[in-house]
Amino acid sequence: MDTLHLQGATESEEASPGLDEAILPKGAILQNRYEIVKVLGLGGMGAVYQSRDLRFTGVTRLCALKEMTSTTPDPQVRRLAIQNFEREANILASLNHLAIPKISDYFTEGIRSYLVLEYVEGEDLEALMGDTEQMLPQERVVDWAIQICEVLSYLHSQDPPIIFRDMKPSNIMLRPPNHIVLIDFGIARIFESGQKGTMIGTEGYSPPEQYRGIANPQGDIYALGATLHHLLTRRDPRLEPPFTFHEEPPRLLNPVLSEELEAVIIKALEYEPEKRYTSAADMKDALIQCLGENSREQKPSHAVGSHPTATQRVAPKAKDLPTAMTPQVPSDTGILPIWEFRCEDEVRSSPVVADGAVYVGAYDNNLYALDARTGEFQWKYPTEGGIAATPFVWNDRVLIGSEDRLLYAISTGTGRILWTCPTEGRIRSSARVEFEHAFFGSDDYHLYAVNAHSGRVVWRFESLGPIRSTPIVGDEIVYVGSEDNHLYAIDLQSGAQKWKFRTNRGITSSPTLHNGLVIFGSSDWNVYALDERSGWIIWRTRTNQMVISSPRILDGVVYIGSADGCLYALDATSGRQIWKYDAGSQIVSNPAVTENAAYLGTIGGDVISVDAKSGKERWRFTTQGKVTSSPFIYEGVLYIGSTDHKVYALPE
Amino acid sequence: MDFLQKLFAREHSGSGDVNTSAAEKDYPSVLSSLPPGLTVAKISDIGQIRERNEDSYLAMDVTLQNDDGLAPLGLYIVADGMGGHQKGEVASSLAAQVSAHHIVQDVFLPFLSADEQNSSRRPINEALIQSVQAANLAVYQQAPEAGTTLTMALIFGHKAYIAHVGDSRAYIFSQATLRQITQDHSLVARLVELGQATPEEALTHTHRNVLYRAIGQAGALEVDTYLQPFPVGSCLLICSDGLWGMVPDEELADILTYAPTPQLALEQMVTAANHRGGDDNITAVLVFMGEA
Repeated sequence: MDTLHLQGATESEEASPGLDEAILPKGAILQNRYEIVKVLGLGGMGAVYQSRDLRFTGVTRLCALKEMTSTTPDPQVRRLAIQNFEREANILASLNHLAIPKISDYFTEGIRSYLVLEYVEGEDLEALMGDTEQMLPQERVVDWAIQICEVLSYLHSQDPPIIFRDMKPSNIMLRPPNHIVLIDFGIARIFESGQKGTMIGTEGYSPPEQYRGIANPQGDIYALGATLHHLLTRRDPRLEPPFTFHEEPPRLLNPVLSEELEAVIIKALEYEPEKRYTSAADMKDALIQCLGENSREQKPSHAVGSHPTATQRVAPKAKDLPTAMTPQVPSDTGILPIWEFRCEDEVRSSPVVADGAVYVGAYDNNLYALDARTGEFQWKYPTEGGIAATPFVWNDRVLIGSEDRLLYAISTGTGRILWTCPTEGRIRSSARVEFEHAFFGSDDYHLYAVNAHSGRVVWRFESLGPIRSTPIVGDEIVYVGSEDNHLYAIDLQSGAQKWKFRTNRGITSSPTLHNGLVIFGSSDWNVYALDERSGWIIWRTRTNQMVISSPRILDGVVYIGSADGCLYALDATSGRQIWKYDAGSQIVSNPAVTENAAYLGTIGGDVISVDAKSGKERWRFTTQGKVTSSPFIYEGVLYIGSTDHKVYALPE
Repeated sequence: MDFLQKLFAREHSGSGDVNTSAAEKDYPSVLSSLPPGLTVAKISDIGQIRERNEDSYLAMDVTLQNDDGLAPLGLYIVADGMGGHQKGEVASSLAAQVSAHHIVQDVFLPFLSADEQNSSRRPINEALIQSVQAANLAVYQQAPEAGTTLTMALIFGHKAYIAHVGDSRAYIFSQATLRQITQDHSLVARLVELGQATPEEALTHTHRNVLYRAIGQAGALEVDTYLQPFPVGSCLLICSDGLWGMVPDEELADILTYAPTPQLALEQMVTAANHRGGDDNITAVLVFMGEA
């Protein structure tokens, strides 16, 4: 008999086996005076009965009989427990407060002791919460809390102070119409024997210091805070890790609560007793301040829909040279571009910065090189088709694929062509260079490995659909997605397939490697993580639309956008959602991430910065076209393109 | 402690140069003689105080050697049951069996099938969580008065996937360092976090056995999962609190460093726990990753 399993109403194994038979039947009479009417509740120490006081013959006078069973086999210890019980009962008998039931008598019969208490009509607050699934109205709960503070003040001002020690919804009765009564004064505690063995279940409301045996008024204040947290949020602290209230502040769970009330609860729940209210009276004053102050409407953090006018002032002329300009009117949230550069057609390609230059392609067929600081035009290289891919800078050259089916290597210094590599389809995949070789896909269904110095093809791997995803190179293996629904792992040396993984739709998203996992999105709406060696699926997280966007990983968090309009932050090892941010418009661009913020573009035309920890919007800049281009962050500046023909440099 | 030091000292001098060189290396001496893939040792001891052993363990693995090299796949579970009327051992055994059954279906059988990798396979992380939740439901329904901890490790492809509920623990010993991977779901663990108890006080705290999460609880069960690299030379230890509550981590690390075989390492751990009082049942599974 060395283990306990605490759960639900029947708590103690030591008390329960014999207890069922020991429950007094209806009609039983104790002390020739108290007739049992019914059982009101069962606890670890014994039952609570409704009984009738037979001394009043003309009227039905009800009282509550609280039973406590001494389980200790040692008669000496039992005698001591009974003495303590009688002393505590005497103390309570001296109390006189509306919110404390009167004690009229106490007695001991064999191993059981009884308190005779005023019978309180009504319902306890735990039962009351169970009556409805709705949140309780704030004003009502604050009214109760003020009453509780009053009775706590009364108890704490006794000499010596009386600590309630067991504040929780089930120990608070609501007597109609709206009066609070505290029940269960913890006398039962005297009868608790030392418990051994593993138990499940914590009390949930008690302050941390109570587990060191410290009982003081601040402990009651903590437990009241915990009780209010439960009443107002319906989050049951007995089902949560202990002392975790601050992880879910009240307004997170119930946004209609006022900030003032949340502050009161958080202060009452401080770990350190000295940081809580110094007295129940102080807490009462703070609660009174909350009365009448209803939850205020929050102003939206930004206004949507207005457009900056600066971007409209240059009328496009057919043969205009591309120009850099300095806009003067800030966007709606005050984000003023450092510069913007106008191309002759849409910019769907994503800018890349290297050695002070921005490289970006446009649908006007050109690869542009711009000064990263000023946006000044340096050179452009005209291909024979639109450019959707992202440039890759390697040593002295920038590699870029074009709709004209060629991969180009262009000198960063001069903008002159170094070599081309022909394929049989349009190139939307972006090249990546590792081990002196460039890897890229083509709409001709192939993944190419070419010598980055010469452009000579070393091998090509054939899938069953266009390859628009950008490959990533791991330990001897290249990973790439295909529109044929598969993610392929290809041997770096030979170009032979190591494994493939089938999703239900095409994979345009580009895989990323993290701690032995290959992470990518699929048009089948999921984000996947596979074991890099075997392709075994480790986790999968479903969004509500296609995932074209590619993951970015920082500090073990995966940031990825979905066409459902949300940016997701997922735990990289489990796929568990940490937060999601609803941008309100499809996201196909790849996010950029810094220590503080994630950045994304939307089809609605916005460039948005989101707090990396909380997922809250930091700022938003509106362009005049779709933003399928992905942001690139370099030295505090964000570079991005839009289908409004422009490349923007924005302050990070 | 003195007794143990003597024990180790004797072994140390007894095997002379071999052990000295092992001590200089950054991995356990047992590794030098291990076969390829996974080598497993298990132990369960009633301890000095308890009248019954309520712990259970489960171990199973397959090894496939082919053109791609060696692919070991292993599942290891330790469960520490609680609840009177001999239900603790029912709960721990049931939890181990039910969760393993699900992992066999979701991971082992697909591993042995020739099917290509595809998205209809259950992700490993999901399989772990669901297997533990299935164990929770089974214990809740079939042993309602009882509960159990459950710590499970699935080793696959040089990674260890760990699922955990309760206060049994998984450790990884690698490069002479013993790291606790799991977090105890106990009241005292939270008190230590908050600075309301020291780790030393926690070992003797009156509430040290109060769990806030365990298999067999009503309603939804949150399962912690961990993904850890498990390269050649690593060692995984899963154990009940009858071991870690009695024997300090440093001593466990010493045993892992110097013990000549995995099974002897576990025997030394159990001896150490019993020597310090053996307050609870002592159960442990030890897994070494040998050269591929």
